[in-house]
Order: sequence, then structure tokens, then C-alpha cells
Amino acid sequence: MKRALYLLPVALFLVLAGYFAVALRPGRDPSLLPSALIDKPAPDFALAGLDGTPGLSLASLKGQVAVVNFFASWCVPCRAEEPLLLRLAEQEHVPLYGIAYKDKPADAQRYLAQLGDPYRRIGVDESGRTGIDFGVYGVPETYIIDQAGHIRFRYVGPLTAETLERELLPRVKALGAS
Amino acid sequence: MTRKRRRLFAVLLGLGMLAVATTLVLLALSSNDSLAFFISPSELKTEKGPDGRRLRLGGLVQQSSVVRSADGKTVRFRVTDGNNAVAVTYTGLLPDLFREGQGVVVEGKLGADGALDADTVLAKHDEKYMPREVVDALKKSGHWQEGAAGGPAQETAR
Amino acid sequence: MIVELGHFALILALLLAMVQASVPLLGAARRKAGWMTLGQSTAVAQFVLVSLAFAALINAYVTSDFSVANVAENSHSTKPLLYKITGVWGNHEGSMMLWVFILSLFGAAVAWFGDNLPPTLRARVLAVQGMIGTGFLLFILLTSDPFHRLVPAPLDGRGLNPVLQDPGLAFHPPFLYLGYVGFSVAFSFAVAALIEGRVDAAWARWVRPWTLAAWCALTVGIAMGSWWAYYTLGWGGWWFWDPVENASFMPWLVGTALLHSAIVVEKRDALKSWTILLAIVTFSLSLVGTFLVRSGVLTSVHAFAVDPARGTFILLLLLVAIGGSLALYAARAPRLKSGGIFAPISREGALVLNNLLLCTGCATVFLGTLYPLFSDAVGGPKLSVGFPFFNRTFVPLMVPVLIAVAIGPLLAWKRGDLAAALQRLWLALAGTVAAVLIGFYVTGGGPVLAVLGLGLAAWVLLAAAVEWAERIRLLRAPWRESWRRARSLPRAAHGMTLAHMGLAITVAGIAASAWQQERIEVVAPGGTLAIAGYVLHLDGMTKLPGADFTADRASITVTRGGETVTVMHPEKRFFPLQQMATAMTAIHTNLLADLYVALGDSDGKGGWTVRAYWKPLVPWIWIGAVAMAAGGLVSLSDRRWRIGVAARARAPRGARPAE
Repeated sequence: MKRALYLLPVALFLVLAGYFAVALRPGRDPSLLPSALIDKPAPDFALAGLDGTPGLSLASLKGQVAVVNFFASWCVPCRAEEPLLLRLAEQEHVPLYGIAYKDKPADAQRYLAQLGDPYRRIGVDESGRTGIDFGVYGVPETYIIDQAGHIRFRYVGPLTAETLERELLPRVKALGAS
Repeated sequence: MTRKRRRLFAVLLGLGMLAVATTLVLLALSSNDSLAFFISPSELKTEKGPDGRRLRLGGLVQQSSVVRSADGKTVRFRVTDGNNAVAVTYTGLLPDLFREGQGVVVEGKLGADGALDADTVLAKHDEKYMPREVVDALKKSGHWQEGAAGGPAQETAR
Repeated sequence: MIVELGHFALILALLLAMVQASVPLLGAARRKAGWMTLGQSTAVAQFVLVSLAFAALINAYVTSDFSVANVAENSHSTKPLLYKITGVWGNHEGSMMLWVFILSLFGAAVAWFGDNLPPTLRARVLAVQGMIGTGFLLFILLTSDPFHRLVPAPLDGRGLNPVLQDPGLAFHPPFLYLGYVGFSVAFSFAVAALIEGRVDAAWARWVRPWTLAAWCALTVGIAMGSWWAYYTLGWGGWWFWDPVENASFMPWLVGTALLHSAIVVEKRDALKSWTILLAIVTFSLSLVGTFLVRSGVLTSVHAFAVDPARGTFILLLLLVAIGGSLALYAARAPRLKSGGIFAPISREGALVLNNLLLCTGCATVFLGTLYPLFSDAVGGPKLSVGFPFFNRTFVPLMVPVLIAVAIGPLLAWKRGDLAAALQRLWLALAGTVAAVLIGFYVTGGGPVLAVLGLGLAAWVLLAAAVEWAERIRLLRAPWRESWRRARSLPRAAHGMTLAHMGLAITVAGIAASAWQQERIEVVAPGGTLAIAGYVLHLDGMTKLPGADFTADRASITVTRGGETVTVMHPEKRFFPLQQMATAMTAIHTNLLADLYVALGDSDGKGGWTVRAYWKPLVPWIWIGAVAMAAGGLVSLSDRRWRIGVAARARAPRGARPAE
């Protein structure tokens, strides 16, 4: 009886820890996201381009395996992945498209002038509407959209050389070959 | 006072305290305004919401829905989860971070006209941050994919 | 280069912490003096290394080294120097660095000031500190590395969240952490005592100053946080029962209980296993608080990084630290000899009552904070617990605490005489009744509970004054005699009086908030707004450039009865970098009441929403908190605890019969 009293605190704590574990339960890989949109048609969008350039719409992407990258001039990690994107576009010749998320056209223009523009075409999502449709959690985020306009892959956060080689490129190539 | 009686006294005191605390907690929990039930605009449309209880409504402030009354004190806006929207009235100073298209959580009771009479409006600006409840609500209505709420992506992707 | 050195120092500190966690413990078990003293040198070395790492991070901020990811995300080259430095702990990684820095500081302090500790106890305390250090250093290095580099470096940083760019918030975390982490020393002492299997009066004398120091810092930290919320959030509230606030309040409540029960161990050698439990629970609540804030399992108005990966790590840390120590408690505590016997009506009895009430109060806060989590976990409805819950559960539990706080100090140890104590308090009782009657008369029978709250405050204040006056025989004996008695009274006694009076002042400030007045109007320049006998004239609006923001600044002349009282300048600031606006409130205080003005949005036609409050006695909330902390400091300066004194006193103490 007396003994049980002393065991009470640790027992109570274990129950509590159980609850904490349940609360953390949505166990998920932090960067590879099982998106609800995977293998589903990408949300439709038609965005204006930067000054004078044609904009970007879902329809214009169809018929090829496209990589769509959400970026913003105010986003620090976007700068980090920028050189990798340039490599992706110039050396691997992957059709890369950019969506400037919640960004002003002038700022995005300055950003690209500064760091180099890896994108074939750019859409400006100033309101963030397209971002919400895609379920963008934060920029940068990268999607692979197949010939039929289905989302096949999603990556959250800045790409690294490793993820580029291991996750992104093989998928692009596999989809392109099929 | 012997050791045994002292222990009995301590146990009784402890149990008494426990009884008082339990009573207080149960009384507080059964009252109408202690708990606020989280609900999404779509749920409110279909389920009508529990009567007279406090509700916590999460979603996005609908674009161009914010209207200020003539005296400037009362604000009317709509909170949407993409499928349905609920009208909200609020009297007072809106938080600095309140904006159209931004995630908000409003708390209050349902008025007779079906609009939520809010006494609290919480907003977060950070591109990364949405109140967890808002994320849950948007997820339910299919407007949100399970986000990378963590890991290296979270640290750097802002 | 410096950044890499910092990272390296942190890794070395981790290795040292591992040594510190194991070798002294083994040494104490095998009675090897050399192994035991290793604890001291590693604790000091660990402090030096963590300081180096922390300095390296601060240096990266000061020199705006944006190749460091943490700096790039949380700082900006245009930021004032002060906020570059305080920005270090304005984010998750940096605040964890601050946490381990303070932890290593306390570890080193135990090593420096612990000369009068028995060597085995000191070795074990330091080993437990080493274990905590190991856990948190691993946490930083594995999940929250602040030294991570960005290649290529961005040209400029993203800037600190403007809401955090405020002196109040800048210095709030260090105090809070001093409190949280300070309780780790009491925790280490408790675990070491469980390993030793011995708790005595001397143990309590060593633990109390550490607990007291941590408690003072936590009191100041909580008060600063509440003061910050009051003047920045713009709606005049100072406590929201928000999970983050509750996370700091719960350790404070149990820490307060620990402070009082340690007195019983020291003076009467009783309540030993209870005190050990409190020491473990206090630090555990600090850890749980960290978990709640860092893991994002609860929604909060001011949450930090929301990150389940980190949450999982902290949960593991909790399991080891709390689960381990409580299991040790279950195994060892029953064997602790219980000491002195006391009657229910006695000083000990009053302290037990205080302990039980504080812990029960803490339990209700805990339940309210975690109720949404429990409901969610069992598949219940999603809900949140609002402040009415806390007002209905916590506040009633504090009423008997306040009544007992007044009586307890007048009861004798072992067996007290309640009637005699009340008789000595007749003056305080009369004063309280008078205060309540005057309160009802002045407010016209105003909110009954608030008037009774003021009465309780008067009761505690007067009783503390009466007790102090009796001790020095004020007015009963000649002045010279009273002065002599006051000087010979232990500092701890003065400290207690001051802290209890501070509590009374805070309670008065809280109770009086029932009479606050609020007005919201749209006012155009030239217009006026009247509140609580004051008239606010909006003279005009000016646009001002700031360091990294632009501000709309209002100029408001306040008059009362036609005479100008003051000119107030609330602002609305806009930070272009973050595309974010914040309101700067203006507060005019005369220490009896605050006039509080916040600026809302412009209505586009030249008018501005102005929210004005009149808040009686609200400054007393923080004045009282400062008095409580000051009381703790006075008590801390008691010569019993000064270095060396205890050592000199050891010989006679040893000669006393075993307790």
C-alpha cells in the first residue's frame, strides 16, 4: 500500500508520456511528403509572367515531364538551392518552371537577375492562391508533373545535391522514359 | 499525535484536496464558456454547431470580404476553408497580423443570424505558420496536404 | 572559422558532459577521490567550452555572418546591435544554446561553491548535471545545429520577427531559462540524495539557496513576459492562460511549494520524501514546458518552431530524465527515514497546507493546459480551454493559500496555537474588514469578488507587517531596541516578509482589474475620446522613419479637468522586410493606475481607430512580482548560506546529536 503510493508519480508520468507520444503520432518523413495530390491531376492554374514574358499555366506544361519549383525573392533557402536548379536546367536539360510564390514581379525579377534564371518560364502567384491549391507548406517546394498533368512527386524545402541525384533526377528520367 | 494518526490526517487532507479540485474542475468544464469547440466552416454549415457553446472557428479570411462598419469599430468578414464560408463579426482592434487571405482562428458564440459573434481573433503572419487547427480544418476540406511540419525543411524553408 | 571553432567546442563539451555523467558517479560508488573530483574540472571545462560556442554564435550575429543559416534566417544587417545580440535567443536553435549555456553555468557554480558539500554528494550532483547536459547537447547537435552553413551565403538576412524586436522580450528568455535551468540543480541534488539514500537538514540547507535563486529568476522572467504581453499586444491583457505562459507558471507554482517544504526539512527534518518529489517535479515541469513549447503539440499564440522531429527527441529526453528519476524515487524514497512529528495546527502544518494547495493549483493548470491534447488523443472533439476554466478552478484554490500565508508565520513549529495567532492578528483582521467596507462604499457595492480580493490582499499585507513588527517589537519597545532586533533578525525573515508583501501587492493589482474601463473610437486628428475622467485629444499623426521600419505616430494630449496631464505617442510600425505591422502602445502611469492607448487601423478617411484603457492598480502586479523576487534575494543573502560560513559552522553542527 505504502509502496504503491511511491509508485504513483512514475505511473502518472508514464500515462502522460503515452499521451504525448500519441500527440506526436503523425509520424512522417520531414522532407518526402506523401502528398494527397500524388498521382492526381495537378490543380489548374494560369499565372501571369514577369514583365513581357509569357505566363505559366497547367495546360502549357502538358505533354512533357516538367519540374515546377515554388520560390520567392524573400526566401533565404531558395537562394541556397538556386545553383542546383541552374545545374538541373543547364546540364541535365530538365524542363524547369518557376512559380514566384507571394512575391512582387519586380522583386522576383531582381532576384533572378542577381542569381541567374534557371526557369524556362515563370508564373507569378502574387496572391498565393496557386500555392494554397498545391498545398505549398513553405518555399522552396518542388513538384514533378508528368505528361498527363498529374503530380508525381513533391519535395519540401531546399534541394541538396544529394536529394537532386537520388530523388529528383531518377524520377524525372523514369517518367520521361515511360 | 502519533505517527499513524498523522499519516491518516495527511491522507485525509490530500483526499479532501483532491475532492475539492475534482469538483472545481468538473464544475468549470460543465459550464458553457470554459471550453471552445474547434469547428471548420464546412462543419458549421452541415452540423449547425452546438447551441450556446463557445466555438473556435479556423480558416482563411476570404479575399475582399472584410467590411468595416460606419463607426469603424465593428468589422465583418468571412472565414473560409475553401468550400464554405462563415460570416464573423468582431468589435475591437484586429491583431496587427490580420489580413485577407491569411489564416485566422476566431472564437465566440453563434449569433441568431448565423454569424459568429467573435470576441477573440488570432492571426499569424509567418508564411510558414498557420495555427495547427487551421491546418487541420483545411486538410479536412482537401485544401491542404500533410505539411512537412518539421525536419530540415522546416528549419530552412520559410 | 570562428563558427567552426564554436561547433567544435560544442562537440567537445558533449564528450566532457558524458565523462562528467559517468566517472564521478562510479567514483562515488567506489570511493575513489580522484574520480569524484573529476566532476569539478569537467563541469568547469564544460562551462568554458559552451561559453566559447555561445560566444562564437553571438559573434556571427554581431558581424552579420549570413553564411550561417541561423543568422541568415533570424538577423539582418540593418538591425540595431542590441537586437542582433538578443536575436541570438529569439529563435529555436539560439535559445537552446542559451539553455545549455545557463545549464553549464550552474554546473560550474556547483563545482566552485560546493566546497562545503560532502565529496560523494558533490560528485553525484555533478554527475546528474552532466547527464542533463549530455541530453541537451545531443539535442542541439543532432536536431538544432545553430552553426549550419549556407553555401552560397545570402546577401542579407531575413530579419528578426519584429514582434520580438523589443527590450522586454529580449531579456525575458534569459531570466526564464535561469529559472527553469536553475531548478535542475535542485533536481540533481534530489537524485543524488536518492542515490545516496540520505536526506538531512544539511541537504536542505544546500538545496535551498539554489532553489531560491532559480525561483527569483523565474519570478522575474514570468513578470517580464507578462509585462511584455501587456504593453506590446495592444489589448491590455497581461495574462492569457496561454500554454506557453502556463508552461512557465507551473514550475513556478511547484517551485514555490519546494521552497517552503525545504524549510521544513531544514528546520524540522520532516517531509523529506515529499521535498525530494517536489524537487523532481519542479524540474520535470520545466522540461515538460520546453516540450510543449518546442514540439508544437499544443496551439499557442506565441509558439516557437513547430517540429515533431524535435518533439520526439525531447519526449525521449523526458522519458529518461523524468521517468528515470521518478522510478528511482519509487525504489529509494520509501527507505528514507521520516523525521520530526508535528500537529496539524503548526508551522509545519501550515506549510503542508500551502504545499498541497499550490500543487493542486498546479494540477488544475496542468489539466487545463493539456485537456485539448487528452481530448484529441482519445478521439474526442477538438477544443480549447479558455480562461474561465482557470478562473473557476485555480483562483478558488488560491484563496485558502492567501488566508494561510498570513497565519502560518505566526504559528509555532511542532504545535501551534491558532487562537493565539489570530489574536495577534486582530489588527490585520480589523484592517482587512475596514478595507473591504471602504471598498464596498467607494465602488458602490461593485463586483463583490473583486472587493473581497482586495480584502485578501490587505489581509496578507497587514499580517506580514504585523508579524514583522512583532518580531522587532516595533512600538512596543524603544526605537533603538527595535532597530537592534531588526538588525539581528536573520535576513531570511526579512526576505519572507518582503516576499509575502509582494504577493499581497500582486493580488491587489489582479483584483483591481475588475474596475478597468475600455473605449474604442475612430478618432480623426483634432477629435477627442473621453475615458475615466481623462480627455484624449488626437493632435495629429506623423510619419517617422525608424531603423528598419516606418511608423505612423500619433500625438495625443491627455487632459484632466482642463489641465494637461501628459502627451502620449502610440505608434503603428510597418516592417517592409517582413511585410508586417506592429502596434506600439503608449502607457502613462502614476503607479496607481495606467492610462493605456493603442493605435488600430486607419479608416482611410483620415480617422484612426484608437483603443484606450484605464487600468487601476495594474502596475502593482509587476511591482509585487519584483518585491517577491527581491524578498527571495534578501533571503538568499542570509549569512547562513554564504560561502565559507557554512564550512566554518560545520564543526559545531557535526557535534550535534544525529538528527
